[in-house]
Amino acid sequence: MLKIENLTKIYDQRAVVDDLGFACGPGEVLGFLGPNGAGKSTTMKMITGFVTPTSGRISVAGHDVESDALAARRVIGYLPEGAPSYPEMTPASFLGFIADVRGLTGETRRRRLDAVIGQLHLEPVLEQSIDTLSKGFKRRVGLAQAILHDPEVLILDEPTDGLDPNQKHEVRELIRSMSADKLIVISTHILEEVEAVCSRAIIIAHGRILADDTPGALAARSRYHNAVRLTLSDDARFDEINSAVAGLDAVAGTEADRAQKAITALAQGSGDATAAWRAVSELAANGNWPVASVQLEAGRLDEVFRQVTGGAAA
Amino acid sequence: MSMIRALFRRELASYFATPVAYVFIVIFLVLMGTFTFYLGGFYERGQADLAPFFDYHPWLYLFLVPAISMRLWAEERKTGSVELLMTLPITPWQAVLGKFLAAWAFAGIALALTFPIWITVNYLGDPDNGAILAAYLGSLLMAGGFLAIGSCISATTRNQVIAFVITVVVCFGFLLSGFPLVLDLFSGWAPQALVDGIASLSFLTHFASLSKGVIDLRDLLYFGLVIAAFLYANTIVLQWKQAD
Ligand SMILES: Nc1ncnc2c1ncn2[C@@H]1O[C@H](COP(=O)(O)OP(=O)(O)OP(=O)(O)O)[C@@H](O)[C@H]1O
Ligand SMILES: [Mg+2]
Repeated sequence: MLKIENLTKIYDQRAVVDDLGFACGPGEVLGFLGPNGAGKSTTMKMITGFVTPTSGRISVAGHDVESDALAARRVIGYLPEGAPSYPEMTPASFLGFIADVRGLTGETRRRRLDAVIGQLHLEPVLEQSIDTLSKGFKRRVGLAQAILHDPEVLILDEPTDGLDPNQKHEVRELIRSMSADKLIVISTHILEEVEAVCSRAIIIAHGRILADDTPGALAARSRYHNAVRLTLSDDARFDEINSAVAGLDAVAGTEADRAQKAITALAQGSGDATAAWRAVSELAANGNWPVASVQLEAGRLDEVFRQVTGGAAA
Repeated sequence: MSMIRALFRRELASYFATPVAYVFIVIFLVLMGTFTFYLGGFYERGQADLAPFFDYHPWLYLFLVPAISMRLWAEERKTGSVELLMTLPITPWQAVLGKFLAAWAFAGIALALTFPIWITVNYLGDPDNGAILAAYLGSLLMAGGFLAIGSCISATTRNQVIAFVITVVVCFGFLLSGFPLVLDLFSGWAPQALVDGIASLSFLTHFASLSKGVIDLRDLLYFGLVIAAFLYANTIVLQWKQAD
């Protein structure tokens, strides 16, 4: 549905997107991750036809974005970075304009407008000029515009940036609910969002793909994969417990955080997912430790992200 | 066509969504009146025509039309909405035409609001209304020419001030190219055909006969070609910027 081959964009003799290639299909929610300046937005601008690639090919739903630009744009809904719109317009007139350009008429037009206004809770601001809206509402107007024609392919550049926690949650729900029959590509810096909505994550830096996997598999690369986080209710026996945990066969080492009264035990090897967890739990029960909680960790994406991108900015 | 209409309506509505449109129209009318009645000696001439009115149009347009055209694309670039616009399923031609026609309609509205001058001259005397209509048509066409130039220049920058200044300079060139001042620069060394060519590029030359009420197909064609050429250049600039 979306196919990218050897995509390259050169700005001022520097490859901002460098021989990028991947393909994905309907039902996927693809998370695009990478440090600032990695080339995420530039790639999205090329997919949507706003920027012409220096070389390489992109096809969307079978339409080449350069030779068959209009057909490709018809199936795409796009939220550009920063959610630009026309500041002097109201959300009502702005969405009306988008509906006209998208060729929506009559009953369909009314139905789609009502639907997106409801989904993004725009009712209270419909007649206020976009200029005077808060950042979160501006973003929601941008999202409404992108999904208005119920496109097959959604390209969303940082869709939840600036939204409050409730709205973030709602937008994630919205993305999930739309994902069944669409291809959705989002870029984000919020890693829990990737775990919450994405079925696949691509990490890029300097315009190159560094990792391409499911969020779960990426998290498994973390040294915290299968680690046990033990939180104590008081720190009287902290040091004793820490060395006891570190001494377990199933534990490779510990990270102690006295302020939080927490000990993280890294798992030894990767054969048995719950080996460390069982060992720590057993020891805690036998030793009568003041335990507040024992958690098994899946792995930390932020740590994998740092590890994969080398901790550097582009 | 429906695309162009949607773009046109959005653009024209956006003029009136801010006070800018009203300020512009008021300034336009005040200046038109001042030039006609004081500098043009409308009453003193004792003639029932609008020559003192139309004579100043090229010079007023020189500063007023770039003020309309400067924002056409530069503002979209500045706010980033150009990214939204150009990723909608529209062709560069539709975008350029929709915007240009809206700006032209706005200029037309401002021009139409000068009708009290026309009423005045009809009240005072018995003018040739056909000639006046032709002159209005010529004035509108000339405004279209200026606007097309301004639209194209506006697409090259994100800075409205730069767009304004460059447009004024280029339009000034188009006005002056019929004057000896400019022609003398070329007549010394360039072939006569080139000098004639430059002279025939002047807005003034082509507006002169129209403003007297003489509709010559060549003048209409001239303005039509200027508009088409600059709008074409406008679409090219948009595509360049995309590949940039
Ligand atoms: N028009 C341009 N001219 C020159 N360089 C550009 C242009 N657009 C982007 N770049 C450069 O390309 C690189 C990638 O930018 P891009 O916006 O794609 O990054 P990003 O991954 O979206 O970053 P962020 O996470 O900060 O949004 C940056 O170094 C940027 O400076
Ligand atoms: Mg970006």
